[in-house]
Amino acid sequence: MDDFYRDEILEHYRHPHNKGRLEQPDITYEDHNPFCGDRIGIDLLIKDNRVADVRFWGQGCAISQASASMLTDEIKGMTLDEVKTLNKDDILDLLGIPIGPVRLKCALLSLKALKAGVWGMDKWPDEE
Amino acid sequence: MNETIVIPTLDVEAIKQDFPILQRKVHGRALHYLDNAATSQKPRAVLETLDTYYREYNANVHRGVHTLSEEATARYEGARAKIARFVNARSPKEIIYTRNATEAINLVAYAWGLANLRPGVRVVSTEMEHHSNIVPWQLVTQQAGAGLSYVPFDEDGRLQLDALDRALEDGRTKLVAFTAASNVLGTINPVKEIVARIHAAGALCLVDAAQAVPHLPVDVQDWDCDFCVFSGHKMMGPTGIGVLYGRRALLEEMPPFMGGGDMIREVRLTGSKWNELPWKFEAGTPAIAEAIGLGAAVDYLTALGMERLRAHEVELVTQAWERLGEIPNLKRLGPPPPERSGLVAFAVDSIHPHDLAAILDQEGIAIRAGHHCAAPIHEKLGIAASARASFYIYNTPEEIDLLVAGIYRAKDIFAI
Ligand SMILES: Cc1ncc(COP(=O)(O)O)c(C=O)c1O
Repeated sequence: MDDFYRDEILEHYRHPHNKGRLEQPDITYEDHNPFCGDRIGIDLLIKDNRVADVRFWGQGCAISQASASMLTDEIKGMTLDEVKTLNKDDILDLLGIPIGPVRLKCALLSLKALKAGVWGMDKWPDEE
Repeated sequence: MNETIVIPTLDVEAIKQDFPILQRKVHGRALHYLDNAATSQKPRAVLETLDTYYREYNANVHRGVHTLSEEATARYEGARAKIARFVNARSPKEIIYTRNATEAINLVAYAWGLANLRPGVRVVSTEMEHHSNIVPWQLVTQQAGAGLSYVPFDEDGRLQLDALDRALEDGRTKLVAFTAASNVLGTINPVKEIVARIHAAGALCLVDAAQAVPHLPVDVQDWDCDFCVFSGHKMMGPTGIGVLYGRRALLEEMPPFMGGGDMIREVRLTGSKWNELPWKFEAGTPAIAEAIGLGAAVDYLTALGMERLRAHEVELVTQAWERLGEIPNLKRLGPPPPERSGLVAFAVDSIHPHDLAAILDQEGIAIRAGHHCAAPIHEKLGIAASARASFYIYNTPEEIDLLVAGIYRAKDIFAI
């Protein structure tokens, strides 16, 4: 029970990294989870085809907020092609706790917004 | 003789024994099921009824002269008669089987709505409805070119009846669809009074009783409503079976909702004639086991007594309301007891309902988290989501203690 929410997740939830908005983002995308109303948006600043800066905003549970915080740390400096290949397992590795099927949607919301923004579409190729 | 009549109070521990699922463990803890507004658990009597149907008289209804079909038909129609008595319909002909409350609302929206709505008239719903009593009306009024407006609720979560009166004033409102009991706010609306106002203006009403029939004594003749809908699975019955009650004269006038077998009297390639009530609205092979199972649930509820069941829930919800009110930074939604149904939705500052529900789940406590299919309520209250504990006959005061302790534990984990 006590490691049900790892300390690191709680820490990211209480003090999220990269939370806010960018002044002039090159890419911006907001997505929401219709089942719970959670909402996450991502702003990206792109330089030389790399993520030069990133912010996220929105509201949600510890899982969705912590995964957004961790993910935005992770992608700084990545090329857009690298961002495009990120998948569900990368998020689960970052979180490091078992996530059931219902809360998977919370965990993946930020990735979904990020990839939709980067691909410029609502779905990305590896989504069924 | 000076005998005193003692009304036996409910023996909740004995009742719990009737629900096999309550014996199971969740994460190694005893299950404390506080999500009854989403769906209730089923007593053994209902489970055995389903089993017996498939083992002993599984057959299609209204179609065979063989013994099995006759038995199945008799019990399927017998369940309808039980349901009619349970909500005091004038006749079983006024009880239409549907899949659930949602399908029952869609039936009225399409069958009645498309025949009666047109530009210049409107349907009125309310701001406290479940999505199932909003979206069908949006679809149908759009298709018919009719209007749709909503009666707001006030700070305490009560419908603003003066706004209803205003919506009724110009004579353009043809139907008002409203809930008897809110699945989020817990508000119990004064159905009889609201129906009287609607009828005085010459409009019809549809009462969403999905949260009322399982928990309160309901009498559709006393309410004097035109349509009333509810779901079997929230009242100890199986999933896949629900009910539309409709005033007979209205149902007679309405065109069918779906076409197919069972709903016709005569089929020619040039056209068909509809079967009589209630079968006119029951196209295709119905949920036979489920309907009979719902009949068993009605028997179980009748034996318990709806007044006693309600009294038990009032006790629980009063206690839950008070105990939750003592927790700092916790906001309870809706009006205070006793005028509320047996559920409390609430929001705790800085703890998302998902997190709260996940932490409680680790202790075997099942609550709901989210917008409970009522996003407009949450939007109006300015919260994204809420947590909800909803009670039934098998819940106990000790479970409220566990809930409260669990919330404090979540506050510790999130250190607020
Ligand atoms: C007030 C209310 N109306 C309608 C419904 C819809 O019930 P069902 O999903 O069984 O059709 C519900 C169920 O959550 C409800 O609480």
